[in-house]
Amino acid sequence: MKYLAFLAALVAPVAALSDPNPADWDAVLADAQGETVYWNAWGGSTTTNDFLAWVGSRVVEDFGVTLEHVKLTDTADAVTRVLSEKQAGEDSDGAIDLIWINGANFAAMKNADLLFGPYAEQLPNWALVDVAGKTVQSDFTVPVDGYESPWAMAQVVFVHDTADMPERVGSMAALLEWVKANPGRFSYPQPPDFLGTTFLKQVLVDILPDASVLVAPATDENYAEVTAPLWAYLDELTPYLWREGKAYPATGTAMFPMITDEEIDLSISFSPGAASTAIANFELPDTVRTFVLDKGTIGNASFVAIPYNSGSKAGAMVVANFLMSPEAQARAQDPAILGYGTVLDMEAISPDERAVFEGLDLGIATLTPAELGTVQAEPHPSWAVRLADDWASRYGVAQ
Amino acid sequence: MKTRRALPFLPVLTLIVMLGPVLAGLLGTVLPAFGHLPAAGLTGPTLAPFEALFAWVGLLRAVWLSVAVGVVTTVFALALVALITAGWSGTWVYRILERALSPLLSVPHAAAAFGFAFLISPSGWVSRAVSPALTGWDRPPDLLIVQDAWGMSMMAGLIIKEVPFLMLIMMASLGQIDTKRSAAIFQALGYGRVTGWLKTIFPLVYAQIRLPVYVVLAYGMSVVDVAVILGPNTPPTLSVQIVKWMSDPDLAMRLQAAAAALLQLSLVLGVLMFWRVGERVVGQLGAMWIATGSLGKSDTIVRVSALGAGVLGALMIALGLASLAVWSVAGYWGFPDFLPDQFTMRNWDRHAVGTMSALGETAIIALTVVLVALALTVGCLEAEYRYDLRVSSRGMWLLYLPLLVPQTAFLPGLQTLMLTVGADVGRAPVMFAHLVFVFPYVFLALADPFRAWDSRIGTIAAALGARPDRILWQVRLPMLLGPILTAVAVGIAVSVGQYLPTLLIGGGRIETLTTEAVALASAGDRRAIGVYGLMQTAAALIPFALALAVPAIIWRKRRGLRHG
Amino acid sequence: MDKGLSLQSVEITKDGARLLSLSEDIAPGEVLTIMGPSGVGKSTLLAFVTGTLGPDFEATGRVMLDGHDITHAPPYARRVGILFQDDLLFPHFSVGANLAFGLRPGGTKVQRLAKIEAALAEVGLAGFADRDPATLSGGQKARVALMRMLLSEPCALLLDEPFSRLDATLRSQVRELVFSHAKARSLPVLLVTHDAEDAAAAHGKIVSLLPI
Repeated sequence: MKYLAFLAALVAPVAALSDPNPADWDAVLADAQGETVYWNAWGGSTTTNDFLAWVGSRVVEDFGVTLEHVKLTDTADAVTRVLSEKQAGEDSDGAIDLIWINGANFAAMKNADLLFGPYAEQLPNWALVDVAGKTVQSDFTVPVDGYESPWAMAQVVFVHDTADMPERVGSMAALLEWVKANPGRFSYPQPPDFLGTTFLKQVLVDILPDASVLVAPATDENYAEVTAPLWAYLDELTPYLWREGKAYPATGTAMFPMITDEEIDLSISFSPGAASTAIANFELPDTVRTFVLDKGTIGNASFVAIPYNSGSKAGAMVVANFLMSPEAQARAQDPAILGYGTVLDMEAISPDERAVFEGLDLGIATLTPAELGTVQAEPHPSWAVRLADDWASRYGVAQ
Repeated sequence: MKTRRALPFLPVLTLIVMLGPVLAGLLGTVLPAFGHLPAAGLTGPTLAPFEALFAWVGLLRAVWLSVAVGVVTTVFALALVALITAGWSGTWVYRILERALSPLLSVPHAAAAFGFAFLISPSGWVSRAVSPALTGWDRPPDLLIVQDAWGMSMMAGLIIKEVPFLMLIMMASLGQIDTKRSAAIFQALGYGRVTGWLKTIFPLVYAQIRLPVYVVLAYGMSVVDVAVILGPNTPPTLSVQIVKWMSDPDLAMRLQAAAAALLQLSLVLGVLMFWRVGERVVGQLGAMWIATGSLGKSDTIVRVSALGAGVLGALMIALGLASLAVWSVAGYWGFPDFLPDQFTMRNWDRHAVGTMSALGETAIIALTVVLVALALTVGCLEAEYRYDLRVSSRGMWLLYLPLLVPQTAFLPGLQTLMLTVGADVGRAPVMFAHLVFVFPYVFLALADPFRAWDSRIGTIAAALGARPDRILWQVRLPMLLGPILTAVAVGIAVSVGQYLPTLLIGGGRIETLTTEAVALASAGDRRAIGVYGLMQTAAALIPFALALAVPAIIWRKRRGLRHG
Repeated sequence: MDKGLSLQSVEITKDGARLLSLSEDIAPGEVLTIMGPSGVGKSTLLAFVTGTLGPDFEATGRVMLDGHDITHAPPYARRVGILFQDDLLFPHFSVGANLAFGLRPGGTKVQRLAKIEAALAEVGLAGFADRDPATLSGGQKARVALMRMLLSEPCALLLDEPFSRLDATLRSQVRELVFSHAKARSLPVLLVTHDAEDAAAAHGKIVSLLPI
């Protein structure tokens, strides 16, 4: 690891002479003054958008960095953008300075040398991050290597309306039984939507006796065998889905209105606090609660990365560092604001800061960190890609 | 004079400005379709992307859906507009329809589709109105109405949106035809209203509205936003699938998307050719029908049902819009409640800053683009008139290329082009990209009225000693004030509605009402959609209202310029 | 011949086929009537004289007006007035503004207004200057169109079936009015019509064009 960092330090100045050096933080702060950072981030959630706007107001106040939220419908659009710029030879002042990213998009950009770094572990607030307890140094099993910095933890929770479905279920097998007994009352977002694909992975992780095979990349040899139980499960489940599986919601957030409309009683979310936030915003009935499976559920970190051709790398690093500050993290965890899990180590921050976290009212539908239980690791991205493709040819063309 | 020397070259210049980006963008699509994408380390040529495309199990159905939606939508919308006009033009009913048109037209497609979806879905407004009192439902029935596999709700949604568009175009062209005299003649000959109109006036009108009809056809085949909201998803239409493949993290999928984009392009061209053949067949059948001398005995039933269908469609848009308005102020609103538990301005407060800055951006772009488009259009049409530079029908096809070529087929390539020539992302390039789409619409809206202007008036004016510039500014343009303002309103509505060009060419840095609304729409947040949908509608509605009101006020004492 | 309108060896072809060929002189105050069925090229001949011949046509020969060759002059410089079968008043102008449009430049505003008022009075339309042309009767419109044309002080007058839309009583009145005004101003008049009565009333030479 040290050797890698040394090698990177050797290579970096050759790659881009004018790039700021994250290790010299004072110089970064000086460079950042007056820069405008275009943060490309999914713009589908009003609460997230509001949080990003707040971040913008804070970094311009403290560091003179102007933050513009470029609202994406799909993070892959940003990947495309950087790729097009590289194709066109725009190597020094691309349109994107910061991307909310993880998983396959990160893997694609890292492999194609489209990212600036390593920088993450040189940021001052990295010292506060819970490196041991949170999956912040690997992203869907791909080593991060300092090319992206974490700012939120996400974990799968199931969202149910207790008025119609009073009891939680403890496993995917139990969920199948419940759906069969209550046809048309459950659905999941259509893969390759991020959350839809996560649902497939969650099924697989839960029904496999030993999920450790998923840590390594999927191979042509083991893929069919490993995933066979998943397809058997879905074959059994699909006829009992909402609309008999002939239509699926487009995204995870699109399922909240379906609960309110009484179209479904059970849904999933990747944000443990989202249900409480939605109740506060009139988007869900106050009878909604969340649960996790007995064996735990899949979780991962949300990161930000800086494209290699950003013209405001110093400003982007200042924003990335601010996102890991106790102030920003406590605000993100507040269910009235966002309800995202923190990436910080509670032991590393000051007692005053800790008190802020402990004082948060997590909301009626949010599980405590203890109740959230074990976090299951994300499978290697190659599984997700194959699962989504396979799902599309099996169920994406309903007859 | 400088302008006079430049004028003859304006049409050619305009064609280059319009076609250059499309052709360059298409090149940027053709190369990856044959496996050439150097940025991803792929070099062609290879047929592998097409092989992958044809191996996709959903292809046949996606292709069928695209074709069916385009053709069915166009046939129904055109028939409805023709029958309503045949049955009611010149009556007070038609004048009321004319007034209702602008609000209907200005509702953006995405907003209308959302409203429509909320109306017709099992848990929608119609269902709530009768539940549980009549139905006994305290939960909605599990019925696949929206996003049905046959694309019927999508067709319905498109038809109710295209009818106002074709209606507007038809009304504009009617102003150029002496319908009153023809009507007097066929009624004197004993023909029923509808039959007589279809036999004598429709052929004249269709000749004028032919290109807008093609645009409706091409649009219906390749529309993305409406298809995402109302269309099926297992599989979706071909265009939606292209967008899905384009946004796949796996860069190799872009090759398949490019191949599919070429397929989409050839589908659109193929169907347009098929439609042209169909026109001839219908024309000949029509001639035989005219020869039979049938006077039209069931005319009353036809005209009443056509009007009924049209009014129902208008009602759906209006109710959909009303539902957006209710959602924008809704607190908790569960099924089967007909109205929310409480009303709140919180949604508006939350989005106030965002909508205002987006509205400003939208207005700056739309106004600039439309003024440039209008100047180019008038310049081209006047050059054509003065120097007999009449664009051949093939030239006209080229001009409408941006409307007939699916946006997904050439916009990513266009983005690469703009970066290559060093054009920075930002507002100016976005305006340039909008111009590619806005100009044809402005031209389309203005060309027919401009050309149909009685050239004997020009002869008279010249004989009275007026030079060409004076004839243009003092006679022709004032006489065409109505059509010009309508063209401006159409152009603004088109600019306001642009999503992909704004996003791609603006590098995401340009936030208009539409880019914001579509981003929010992906999350299904109906309150935010309500706020942005209403703002979007207002941005397009006001220009249309002005296009109707301004000529009516300026020419209130000039009966000769008021049609209807 | 110095004064008058002279068509010298005019030959008009369309797509290589000869449409008409004509050599005629029209003295000031005289009327030359061109007769023939529709489609024979009567209006095309007038377009050639006004300088608005379409690109589909080719023409040879010369048009002389008061001794000047106007064959290639731009339409606005020819000083050839024309009346069509429709009045073609500018619908967006008042009656007065219609007349003002063609009024030759010169004079003060008061003088110009007086000229317009006098022209209206001359045809029995005194006080009509502010009227919307669409509110006039057919005969009134025809009179306004005539005066609009005369105020531009043309040196020749072309008439393209100008009376065919009027009913019988009105027709003879307007015809008399036009011819008398042309005579009074010593204008050469070129009339095309398919109506024998018009031709007879013109009291001039009649040329019949036949389909070629």
